[in-house]
Amino acid sequence: MTVSPTPLSPASLEVGGLAYAYPDGHQALFGVDLTIGRGERVALLGPNGAGKTTLVLHLNGILTGGAGTVTVAGLPVGKRHMAEIRRKVGIVFQDPDDQLFMPTVREDVAFGPAAAGVKGPELEARVHKALAQVGMADFADRPPHHLSFGQRRRVAVATVLVMEPEILVLDEPSSNLDPASRRELADILRSLDVTVLMVTHDLPYALELCPRSVILSEGVIAADGTTGDLLADEDLMRAHRLELPFGFDPKSVKV
Amino acid sequence: MHVPDGFINAPVSAAAGVVAAGAVAVSLRGARRELDERTAPLAGLVAAFIFAVQMLNFPVAAGTSGHLLGGALAAILVGPYTGVLCVSVVLLMQGVLFADGGLTALGVNITDMAITTTVVAYLVFRGLVKVLPRGRRSVTVASFVAALLSVPAAAVVFTLIYAIGGTTDVSIGKVATAMVGVHVLIGIGEAVITALTVGAVVAVRPDLVYGARGLHRPLKLRVAGELVDAPDTAPAPVAARGSHRKVWITGLVTSLVLAGFVSFYASANPDGLEKVAQDKGIDSKTEKHASDGSPLAGYGVKDVGDARLSGGLAGVIGVGVTVVAGSGIFWVLRRRRTADTSPSQITETV
Amino acid sequence: MGAGHAHKLYRHGHSPVHGLPPHTKLAAVFCFVIVVVSTPREAMWAFALYAVLLAAVAYAARVPAGFLLKRLLIEIPFVAFAVLMPFVAQGERVDVLGMSLSVNGLWGAWNVLAKGTLGVAASVLLASTTELRELLLGLQRLRLPPLLVQIASFMIRYGDVITDEMRRMKIARESRGFEASGVKHWGVLAKSAGALFIRSYERGERVHLAMVSRGYAGSMPVIDDVSASRAQWSYALTLPCAALVVCLLGWLL
Repeated sequence: MTVSPTPLSPASLEVGGLAYAYPDGHQALFGVDLTIGRGERVALLGPNGAGKTTLVLHLNGILTGGAGTVTVAGLPVGKRHMAEIRRKVGIVFQDPDDQLFMPTVREDVAFGPAAAGVKGPELEARVHKALAQVGMADFADRPPHHLSFGQRRRVAVATVLVMEPEILVLDEPSSNLDPASRRELADILRSLDVTVLMVTHDLPYALELCPRSVILSEGVIAADGTTGDLLADEDLMRAHRLELPFGFDPKSVKV
Repeated sequence: MHVPDGFINAPVSAAAGVVAAGAVAVSLRGARRELDERTAPLAGLVAAFIFAVQMLNFPVAAGTSGHLLGGALAAILVGPYTGVLCVSVVLLMQGVLFADGGLTALGVNITDMAITTTVVAYLVFRGLVKVLPRGRRSVTVASFVAALLSVPAAAVVFTLIYAIGGTTDVSIGKVATAMVGVHVLIGIGEAVITALTVGAVVAVRPDLVYGARGLHRPLKLRVAGELVDAPDTAPAPVAARGSHRKVWITGLVTSLVLAGFVSFYASANPDGLEKVAQDKGIDSKTEKHASDGSPLAGYGVKDVGDARLSGGLAGVIGVGVTVVAGSGIFWVLRRRRTADTSPSQITETV
Repeated sequence: MGAGHAHKLYRHGHSPVHGLPPHTKLAAVFCFVIVVVSTPREAMWAFALYAVLLAAVAYAARVPAGFLLKRLLIEIPFVAFAVLMPFVAQGERVDVLGMSLSVNGLWGAWNVLAKGTLGVAASVLLASTTELRELLLGLQRLRLPPLLVQIASFMIRYGDVITDEMRRMKIARESRGFEASGVKHWGVLAKSAGALFIRSYERGERVHLAMVSRGYAGSMPVIDDVSASRAQWSYALTLPCAALVVCLLGWLL
């Protein structure tokens, strides 16, 4: 299941020299460089406060104004291509309550394409397809707050898939999920044919889903390599406050 | 203070409706300037916050409790336009969903409680922030005064509306005394809690408070473990502060002098204040609601203590009116000078 | 005030009134209240007829009288005000049970009580037969500025979420032995209010991020729309039209 990036087409994501400070003065990024090829699945690891979420918010131009550049599928992130960029970069946020802001599941999934001008039967078809991809087609007319947490997370993924994105960015996809929901989500993610960047503390999940990992620490990329190698490097892991669950040995896992 | 149907006659209700619609339209445009595309979610969440905070009961003494009205708080935290929108939406939903405030009186209620409180509070707040030395304490003090004045100002506006379109001929002096008197008391509570709340927000997220913005540090790059300055990409626009300061000080001093004059004049004509005071305390107590703990819980009655009034209250009316008028005029002047001729300020202040 | 579906004021049902499109109901209630307010206060019988009209609507909507009456309690502060009017108003006075009351004040009190009560009753009927989601669609359909409708819908979607946060903060305070009992505790409560504001605002920012990430650029796409047939309109407008007849009679007689 290794997917090598095709050298001819532009990379899905290129980040160069990215630095950013929040309005309250706190600086989160200190020069991030990262390239992700088309079709790759990459895990973004790092301790709390390393700047992971800040980096994610730069990918579709929500945060701008610092130093450095972000390019998505050859398009620079900036005011000029913003609509295009936001269609290409699908971000699934950590709290599904933030992401699901419409009164019903169907309306919520329809929000993105409807905002892009899709209407009528085509809209219905796309909504149905996206919900079917995450196994939530039967819940279309339910209000989001009546769903379980795992179901809400899957609907949140559908709200992004319906946009047919170039790159899917997931912020802590496995947080607050019970083991069954966690496995179901992994199956869904594996079945998708898109570039994935997954921000996570869940190291076994990263190993399971992502061949490659990068470690973000103190606002810079501190390591970049195959997930198995990084997790097996005990000194590196300790230096960046990353810890494997008790009894978990990455070398014993066959990916 | 939610006015029901039939309290104000139809023509004046309609006129107030037009004023309210105009002000809301102006605020919609203004809020887009304040928040651009973030208007809907942010104003919606702030409206939900105002709604929730109106249910947060503050114990006063022996069983009675009060709650925040929120106009001043909204204006200070999110700016006047967004503030007007949030409080208007809260009033609209209260009218449509809870039948609190009549549908035909919606214009009166919005003019009174959404527009007057936020605009007065914001003008006073900005005026004080400009005059006082920069710092957290000044923001708190300015919030206190702004909230203190905003509530009686709403009472004054209500009295004016009542004077024009009231359906009973209770003498205006009596209505003014009762309304303003009671609302000075409410205003004190509102002021204390608004100031403390703003203080709490300033301490944690100063960037969220309208009056306490503009603290930046240069960006750094971590190159091989060393921090170096990043090239400055967007130079911050330098605002000309000093020139306005004089205008604001002059404005505040003038309005204080005027306020003193008006209050002297007003207290020279007490109009039987003492007598009315006792039988007109619009007295009510908090109610326990059946649906406790729900958003409707405690959605009962504004708490108001007994109204103990004295002749000095007339002075407070004067202060309220004059500060509003004075600040309004100076705001218009300032806007003219900055050549940003938006119709908003003219319709609101004239 | 549930997030979208059930609010506590709403009574689920399938009556003809429940089935009407929301904007026709809103328009009907609004027109009805305008008519009521413009009725001369001397025509006491007209107000009785209005009450009968509302009772008929309540019957058609199968809203029980007890439910309706309980909801009228919201009016109490202004009832108190109305009760005072006969004592403080000016003009000619009459003696009732040994008290000197102003005739004008009595009329004024009657005016406020009658019109206010009818207005509240009409609004209560509207709220108890219309779901929140529908109300918003109705307001949108009646050409309320879209931004205002959006703000209202976000307020409703997150009203519960924020109230829940407030409740959790209260539980956290009480778990640590804090019980607000007087003015000296205002500081603590105000800090909670401040924290609540920050949480609300930050959630607003996150919701906004989620929206722009999906292509939001200032206007909400219209996904569902409501429409009403001529029959539905005429059915809904029966109430204000009947009221208008009563009102005209009130002016003429």
